[in-house]
Amino acid sequence: MKKRFHFSPKKLLVYLCLIIGAIIMVFPFYWMLVSALKTTAEFNSYPPTWVPENWFNMENFKTAFSKAPFVTYFMNSVIVTISCVIVTGFTTILAAFAFSRLKFKGRDVIFSLLLSLMMVPFEMLVITNYETVTRLQMGDSLIVLIIPFISSIFYTYILRNFFLSIPDSLYYSARIDGASNWKYLWRIMVPIAKPSLVTIMLLNAISCWNSFLWTLLVINSDDFRTLPIGLYAFMTEGGSDFKLQMAASTFTVLPMIILFLFTRKYIVNGVARGGIKG
Amino acid sequence: MKIKLEGVTKRFDDVVAVNDFSLEFEEGTLTALLGPSGCGKSTMLNMLSGILPVTEGKIYFDNDDVTDMPPQKRGVGLVFQNYALYPHMSVLDNICFPLEIQKVPKAERIEKAKEMARLVKIEQYLDRKPKELSGGQQQRVAIARALIKNPRLLLLDEPLSNLDARLRLEMREEIRRIQQETKVTTIFVTHDQEEAMSISDKIVLMKDGYLMQVDRPQALYDEPQKLFVANFLGNPPINNLEGKIKDGKFVLADDSASVKVDLKSAVEGEEVVLGIRAESVGVDDDADFEAIIKERFTMGKEELAILKLGNSELRIYLSSDFTHKPGEKVGFKLKNKGVFLFDKKSGERK
Ligand SMILES: Nc1ncnc2c1ncn2[C@@H]1O[C@H](COP(=O)(O)OP(=O)(O)OP(=O)(O)O)[C@@H](O)[C@H]1O
Ligand SMILES: [Mg+2]
Repeated sequence: MKKRFHFSPKKLLVYLCLIIGAIIMVFPFYWMLVSALKTTAEFNSYPPTWVPENWFNMENFKTAFSKAPFVTYFMNSVIVTISCVIVTGFTTILAAFAFSRLKFKGRDVIFSLLLSLMMVPFEMLVITNYETVTRLQMGDSLIVLIIPFISSIFYTYILRNFFLSIPDSLYYSARIDGASNWKYLWRIMVPIAKPSLVTIMLLNAISCWNSFLWTLLVINSDDFRTLPIGLYAFMTEGGSDFKLQMAASTFTVLPMIILFLFTRKYIVNGVARGGIKG
Repeated sequence: MKIKLEGVTKRFDDVVAVNDFSLEFEEGTLTALLGPSGCGKSTMLNMLSGILPVTEGKIYFDNDDVTDMPPQKRGVGLVFQNYALYPHMSVLDNICFPLEIQKVPKAERIEKAKEMARLVKIEQYLDRKPKELSGGQQQRVAIARALIKNPRLLLLDEPLSNLDARLRLEMREEIRRIQQETKVTTIFVTHDQEEAMSISDKIVLMKDGYLMQVDRPQALYDEPQKLFVANFLGNPPINNLEGKIKDGKFVLADDSASVKVDLKSAVEGEEVVLGIRAESVGVDDDADFEAIIKERFTMGKEELAILKLGNSELRIYLSSDFTHKPGEKVGFKLKNKGVFLFDKKSGERK
């Protein structure tokens, strides 16, 4: 039997709205990409063209790359993001386990205190963190970009709640079978929580990759710039050629778009479940 | 392995879940912990497995004091009510898990797991995930996982409560078979008297954290030491008549009728409860009491009658030669078996 879609007027309207919304969301990205692929003549033509003449015109990318060390920026971004995600993942798992499974005095009080810390705005932390790293004379290095972000109360909270939903009997069963807490965590809990964990790590990766304010504040030399900062510097220092800026922007967002396309399921899941924005 | 409890008590804050238990579980036997919901059965089991520490008292496995021994060292296998299978692992990995922890070489543990799977008859499901199995199959996996490390003691917490009636019958035979094949000392929890009666060597009957009686199933049924025990076992439930002893007879509390009974230790004027099992009443000219037949009806293979004795009612089984019709007044005789007098206040047997 062939499946047929019935479009009631109401449904049609809903879809129409969704399509319009989608176009509005996607258009800036499209325009960015298209602009990056245009030649100067094309770019200056009036009215503007909607599609580039040559979809494989790499001129703007080449020029942008020659003007600023985007490969270095890219590598820095990759290093910082991967380190952050791995270390945060690790600390989050351990903390979530402690706050959900282990019994110690004041556990829930400590956890509530930590939760209340989430109300402190990030911008405020930036200032004190800045003080700390300058006093420790740690400025201008990749480490500084990683250290403040190696734990997250919010992700711990999410994972802890997931851990709490795993029945106690699994834990006791594993204990009777001879598993230690450590073994239980990595052999039973973490595999069960994998979907949650992947979501957390992806969201974390996205926010690390886009991290701007802190990086802008602590990094001065070109060698340690990440992509967003490199891009920002390029826009202010590298002249006002809009095409080049768009080429550099495309290069910056591309990895995240690719990541998103491959892991859409997990991200959408996470956002839908936790009401988290990326 | 023999298990001995000495004054074992468990308190949660002000709730006493298990109160001063002293008893022994014999080697190689199947014992049922029976009692209504909330009476402390799971608590008892968890103390035996080591998950819960005892508040007072001692637990011995053979002659070793295991009271403070952590669960992984006790060598027990535990099957939880919800089976607690690891959802992300295949059936094979689940069964292997205890050996994996013991770092038994892979080939060897798979060999052993297959042997266990054969024992519980789940060989064909080894590659499946737990959620792809039925309740009965999951239970078998859980039993296999509990048995693979050759436990000295197998504990089962309401293993049958998640199954439908037919599967339950089947699985309790299975548990019996597995227990007899492996000869492992087994303790299982249930609140279903029939389940306990049908497969266990001994029953530990509990109520509100108190030990009521420990005995063979038939002995528990035939010789209940407490009113609670008599009430808990048997279907249809035992008939209870409240009254007192007067002129050497049992007289209903409202004086509406009397029954001639063997008084045992009961004395004149004492307030008692007379328990009469449904199958313990027959028709005889030398009657112990007279009652009016109120109703007769067939329940499957048996025929049951409701008798009116004074202002009270009795449910009894009818013998095949019983011809009296509803409305008739008939003389009945009590049999020796299945008739008990209990003290009204303490519930102790006379
Ligand atoms: N962790 C706990 N904290 C406080 N009270 C508890 C705890 N665990 C059990 N109890 C109490 O102890 C008593 C016995 O509980 P238990 O779980 O042993 O009952 P059970 O006989 O297994 O009942 P069921 O047949 O419903 O499983 C109950 O009154 C229960 O409320
Ligand atoms: Mg229970």
